[in-house]
Amino acid sequence: MSELLQFVFSGLTTGSIYALSALGFAIIYNASRVINFAQGDFLMLGGMFTVACTQLGVPLYLAIPLGVLATVVAGALLERLAIAPAGNSNVVSLIIITIGASMFIEGVVQILFGKNQHAVPSFSGETAIPVGGAMLLPQSLWVIGVAAVIVVFVGCFFRFTMIGKAMLAMSANREAAQLVGINTRMMLLVSFCMAAFLGATAGIVAAPITMVVYDLGQMLGLKGFVAATLGGMGSGVGAIVGGLLVGLLEAFVAGYVSSAYKDAVPFVLIIIILLVRPGGIFGAKSVDRV
Amino acid sequence: MKIINLLRSSTVSMMLLTGLYSAGPAVAAEPIRIGSVLSTTGPASFLGDPEEKTLKLYVERINAEGGVLGRKLELIVYDDGSDSNKANGFAKRLILQDNVDLIVGGSSTGSTMAMIPLVEANNVPFLNMGGASVIVEPVRPFTFKLPHSDRMAAQKVLDDMKKRGFTKMALLSDTGGFGKSGRSETLKLAQSMGIAVVSDQNYGEKDTDITPQIQKIKSSDAQAMLVFGTGQAPAIATKNYQQLALTIPLYMSHGQASMEFVKLAGKASEGVRMPTPALLVADHLADNDPQKRISLDYKRIYEDRYKIDVSTFGGYAYDGLMMSVAAIKKVGSTDKVKVRAALEQLKNFYGVNGIYNMTATDHMGLDQQAFRMAEIKGGKFVEIK
Repeated sequence: MSELLQFVFSGLTTGSIYALSALGFAIIYNASRVINFAQGDFLMLGGMFTVACTQLGVPLYLAIPLGVLATVVAGALLERLAIAPAGNSNVVSLIIITIGASMFIEGVVQILFGKNQHAVPSFSGETAIPVGGAMLLPQSLWVIGVAAVIVVFVGCFFRFTMIGKAMLAMSANREAAQLVGINTRMMLLVSFCMAAFLGATAGIVAAPITMVVYDLGQMLGLKGFVAATLGGMGSGVGAIVGGLLVGLLEAFVAGYVSSAYKDAVPFVLIIIILLVRPGGIFGAKSVDRV
Repeated sequence: MKIINLLRSSTVSMMLLTGLYSAGPAVAAEPIRIGSVLSTTGPASFLGDPEEKTLKLYVERINAEGGVLGRKLELIVYDDGSDSNKANGFAKRLILQDNVDLIVGGSSTGSTMAMIPLVEANNVPFLNMGGASVIVEPVRPFTFKLPHSDRMAAQKVLDDMKKRGFTKMALLSDTGGFGKSGRSETLKLAQSMGIAVVSDQNYGEKDTDITPQIQKIKSSDAQAMLVFGTGQAPAIATKNYQQLALTIPLYMSHGQASMEFVKLAGKASEGVRMPTPALLVADHLADNDPQKRISLDYKRIYEDRYKIDVSTFGGYAYDGLMMSVAAIKKVGSTDKVKVRAALEQLKNFYGVNGIYNMTATDHMGLDQQAFRMAEIKGGKFVEIK
């Protein structure tokens, strides 16, 4: 029983990180139909900037907002300097641009911050809390809690703010949105900033657990992508459910089956889901007019 | 016309002569070319980066002291980006285009294995930093390996477990080349030493959470746990180990023998044991230990220059460079076949990794003595006797 609980804790913690990464994918996808392969790098950048600030002697509570801010600036620059100039190129070209951007970001980080891993101190100590025979790190509570708050925040943003509604309109029909006066270019910039914000926040709360290294984004980004596809690309709820599902599955497979198959399972699952429900669990059924 | 032609040709020959004359001393000062392919970027950069820094630093120092045999050293480094396919291409370039006299490097087992066919076909002495035993088994004439093999590391750990009376152990290894090879060596040795591996777990090199695997180890009746891996994941495993409040002793492989590990794992690293070359415990070695001075010198010079902690991986490159210099000095030239023979006959060569004794059947040359068992106490490596 305590074993099961331990696996659940592990799954929820990593799952929350994947979920936030997946949510970033969803937001940019909605605004532009682009799958942003630099999403994982936003997670890394958030952690890396925070580490850099703390190394300069900035206290952690200040370093975190600075890290988020710097990542959002990086997200905005990515959109302005790489995506916007490509103009109306087709989606595949834009996706390839994001892959290039991801390599570029990792290269710059290697030069500026080095190739070594960096540890980030836990926010509230390293002493694990015993819960029903399992051990839970206070940092896991931070990760799960922050993820929950952000999900609510993003949900409200899309439901109650003008910008959020405009972004939803864009995802439904870009041309129609443009016709009713929505500045789609501006919305694209906002979506990149938001995705960077989500990534940075996830990266920072997770950093004490994952540690930070320049290529951290590759794996976290890939898992986030799997989660987003699993849940249904573009669906907010889908991203969260997909993220938690991938995290829990990994933990259970590593625990009950074999750790050797842990990474394979989400990928196998994605094949099955895409065969049965091509849109993902919560994705809209794609209907083509013939 | 004839006269003019004659004049012309004589001028040309005059020019040639003067040219040759002035080129005379330059020929003697032709540099000794040392080629290197390192993984300075990519996942194996924690190996390649300190190796490159070490090679550059010491080539500079040797040149400042007048070089070797009155010739300067010229270092040519290519970065394979931790991709063994590229290592093969760069090795070709070093041999055919840059005309190197010998090669130091190949940071990982993969890169090294990709370079071996080329160096063997072209008779270039090759001192590499790959970890696995397969590099020198079977022995290849021109290939020499500097690091201790994974089998020796496993041996050292299992010896220590046996000494403490453990008969049941848990093994956690990564799914990459280093972990796989380490796992199979550990399993073989454990069987022959009468230690049962009661839990055999894996993790991916980029995993960020290893608690499920460690939870399983916790539920087993293992008396000690060994983590065989490189990179950052073993530090995460150590933190997870502390999180789950395991009480059985924790061992790491030599892949974690650096201060980096202590920094990353923080307090969780207290009490962790691992085999390490003398370098990391140099401060604590007895004064009459022959490795103390050379290790401390390397550590001081490296840390003065780069302001970062020395790592055992850079130490392999140091030994490789010094061994090459020793062999070239002994031969008195850079004749590749003779240098190779000199390398094979190297006896009692004091490196930072141990005392090398190469033979025709052993191109690694270190014995079990080269490893020290260290425990992390108060954030420092302390040798356990």
